[in-house]
Amino acid sequence: MKNKSLVSISDYSRDEILKVLELAALFEARPNQPLLRDKVVASLFFEPSTRTRLSFETAINRLGARVIGFTDASSSSTTKGETLKDTIKMVSNYADLIVMRHPLEGSARYASEQARVPVINAGDGANQHPTQTLLDLYSIKKTQGTLDNLNIYMVGDLKYGRTVHSLLMALSHFNPTFYFVAPKELAMPREYKIFLKERGIPFYELFEMGKLDQADILYMTRVQKERFSDPMEYERVKNAYVLRNAMLNGTRDNLRVLHPLPRVNEIHVDVDSNPKAYYFEQAENGVYTRMGIIAAIMGLESELTNN
Amino acid sequence: MPKQKQLQVSAIENGTVIDHIPAASLFYVIAILGLDQIPNQTTFGANLDSHKFGKKAIIKVADKFFERDEINKISLVAPHAKLNIIRGYEVVEKRDVTIPDEVVGIVKCFNPKCVTNNEGVLTRFRVEDKEDLALKCHYCEKITSRDELQMV
Repeated sequence: MKNKSLVSISDYSRDEILKVLELAALFEARPNQPLLRDKVVASLFFEPSTRTRLSFETAINRLGARVIGFTDASSSSTTKGETLKDTIKMVSNYADLIVMRHPLEGSARYASEQARVPVINAGDGANQHPTQTLLDLYSIKKTQGTLDNLNIYMVGDLKYGRTVHSLLMALSHFNPTFYFVAPKELAMPREYKIFLKERGIPFYELFEMGKLDQADILYMTRVQKERFSDPMEYERVKNAYVLRNAMLNGTRDNLRVLHPLPRVNEIHVDVDSNPKAYYFEQAENGVYTRMGIIAAIMGLESELTNN
Repeated sequence: MPKQKQLQVSAIENGTVIDHIPAASLFYVIAILGLDQIPNQTTFGANLDSHKFGKKAIIKVADKFFERDEINKISLVAPHAKLNIIRGYEVVEKRDVTIPDEVVGIVKCFNPKCVTNNEGVLTRFRVEDKEDLALKCHYCEKITSRDELQMV
């Protein structure tokens, strides 16, 4: 994993995923470990994403490295017409690692081919956001004690939601059972169902959440009005994908509710005080997970485990 | 009948005849193989009658013998093309084209938000399905299928 870019969750094997999660747990136990004191990390945000950027920059700072970069394209030379390739070539002269968010799909793969240093994809359009997936996995492992043999409910927009697609692919290493809860218009795309069938992973498609008594993880996503071709259809289905506290009665004790955030109304605020609500802790886990990813890529593994 | 065929496209002594090209794909094949850039004597016929296709196209290139990798590039637009290798006016070998595992720089990614369509990046696809033609973009990871196929 050393010096290897992280562009897509499929770049990591099962063992590599588990390695990152292990490192993340070490950082959670001891968050301030300035192992990268003499390093410079470039944080290139060609489109604003406050949550992801702050999480990354916190991780970098806790590792003791310095951050250079920009927070949106208007403060970069992109506005002068510089190509992505030139920006990446230039920055890889300065930094030891590049963290990049870019609106174009495939931009991260391309950047990783142009850069002389490893690139971490912090989101390339609607394509991939692997660090989100790893933090989701970390949250699942931390709350369930394992990633194996879990019943995973995915609820809401399963058609456009890149987080659910990446999570599905990552969890495919761990023998899950999936329950897809979505309106017809936002159902899980065929290619992912084929992916699961080829691997013999069971899944069920539901139109409403129902009893939830088998669920270990309830992964909620936003159902956006703009996604519907027929606004009437949206009005008809929108309430079926809102989680309320009462719906968690009779669910398993180990059940945790996850959400990549930001939420709008798909999790009612009355769920927030339920101990099964985990979405705010999930966001905090993002910092440790990103520290784990950076440590793995910068080859800090031995320094960490010997401490 | 044979006489009329000879009138349509004249024979070559040495070289390659690419037959059974769908009429609409002729100029793609010319572009993909770079036949507009080579000095060889080249003859092509468009909209010839064909039992198989209704209308077909044919290309004859004198003194040119294609490498397999090179010729397989045309399989995307002319999957049933047949190559006749000619030496001394005789067909010495017949060849089919096969769809390669990777397609570089020929096809446009159908995703308008793909980096290849916005930053002048050479396209690259992995062929996921050769029957129905599914090309997975190496960059944006979206599938371009036959209906969306466009040449760069």
